[in-house]
Amino acid sequence: MTAVEAVKAGLVLLLAALVQVSIAAWIEVAEGHPDVVLVVLVALALVRGPIFGAAAGFWAGIVLDTAALETFGLTSLLLTLVGYWAGRFGDVTTRASAHPPLIAVALGTLGFALGSAVIHFMLGETTSASQFFAAVLVPTLALNMLLAYPLYGLIRRVFPPAVRPRRGEVSAAV
Amino acid sequence: MLDAPVRRSDGTSSRSGRAFRARLVAAALVLLSLGLITVYFRESTEGPLHTAQRLGASVLMPFEVAGERVARPFRDGWGYVSELVDAKSENAGLREEVKDLRQQVIRNETAAQENERLKEALAYIGGPSFPDDYQGVATSVIARPPSPYRQEVKIAAGREDGVRRNDPVVTADGLVGLVTEVTSGGAMVTLITDQDSAVSAVVLESGAPGVVRHGASEGSLVLDRVGKDALVEEGSLVVTAGWQTLRLESLYPRGIVIGTVESVGQQDVDLYKRIQVAPIVDFDSLADVIVLVRDNGKRDR
Repeated sequence: MTAVEAVKAGLVLLLAALVQVSIAAWIEVAEGHPDVVLVVLVALALVRGPIFGAAAGFWAGIVLDTAALETFGLTSLLLTLVGYWAGRFGDVTTRASAHPPLIAVALGTLGFALGSAVIHFMLGETTSASQFFAAVLVPTLALNMLLAYPLYGLIRRVFPPAVRPRRGEVSAAV
Repeated sequence: MLDAPVRRSDGTSSRSGRAFRARLVAAALVLLSLGLITVYFRESTEGPLHTAQRLGASVLMPFEVAGERVARPFRDGWGYVSELVDAKSENAGLREEVKDLRQQVIRNETAAQENERLKEALAYIGGPSFPDDYQGVATSVIARPPSPYRQEVKIAAGREDGVRRNDPVVTADGLVGLVTEVTSGGAMVTLITDQDSAVSAVVLESGAPGVVRHGASEGSLVLDRVGKDALVEEGSLVVTAGWQTLRLESLYPRGIVIGTVESVGQQDVDLYKRIQVAPIVDFDSLADVIVLVRDNGKRDR
């Protein structure tokens, strides 16, 4: 991870957060909204790995919590975990899976939503389970999956994938 | 050929080293996040984290305003198309309503004139009334935090525009919520549909008092604490009570419309009636709001 890449990722996530709170939050299907930041984060982590993913997740959470004046650190905690996991997922399954961004975004959305539900429950902010699953989670999942390929393609253009050795691959010195 | 296993072994140890480093970074960031949450909860609203957050929000505000301006034409277009579908049936209903309301206006004006005369005769001293004792700061909604757990919107008016914490927020239709966080150039409004909100209210027709809280589903409201013997009918208007007791007074001025009674029910085991209220404000298409700022001389009464 170079300093230039870190700054670039920071700006991309800042832009995603602004799009999230200013535009995406108004796009409502049932009670779900597309989560642009989450999809961008997963794409970044898939392209650049778990360390980059975790750091990007932490930064994205700080930006979102600041923009929304929410509990500081709460979104960072969840997005750090999502970023780390997506990076690991990219490391171990990208080549074996047919649709890595789609699967990673789907699992990332589920993980973030469930983690968020648990933490908010612990903080005393609850919502009904049926409403959460039917009206919020399912539409959000669908919208995020719609965004998965376009945003993943965009991120791959901004962050061209680094060439990494294949699993078990030996160098050419044979 | 002979050096191949050695190279593979190097690759494996480098990979496991990278994985260990990744775990370490993730664990450190998770701990840092937990630390931030703990400090945020423990400190006062004037603490360093809250202050830094407000500062950050002020820095982000111009970008959010710009984003909102770019997005607004598309939002308006989407709203126009979706509202067009219901326009015809709504039009017929509204024509009927206008007829009824014209008659009601005549009755109300007569009653208001009579009320004024009687007040003068009694030298009646009332509490702050809406809209006479308030100035409206009209502003646009620039952001909606992406959380199903909080019902909040961010507005473009802040401390510099005279907006303060706990100022009520309305639209032309009725009550929206309360300002709960203020930065120099913006503010966060907690909607009345949020689970932390509670508004003392009365049913306009019968005067039955209660407390309006969030309902079971997102965007719904209930009128709680209304005694079983109180008379409440479907379709009645629910307005803010604006009570005043000694030095304490409600944050909301009296007489702002909250919604209409949707259904009324009661069971033998319940202490109070179960009243569902349909909010008068369409929170999904909230674009512009008015912050009610108490006139300077009257703010700290």
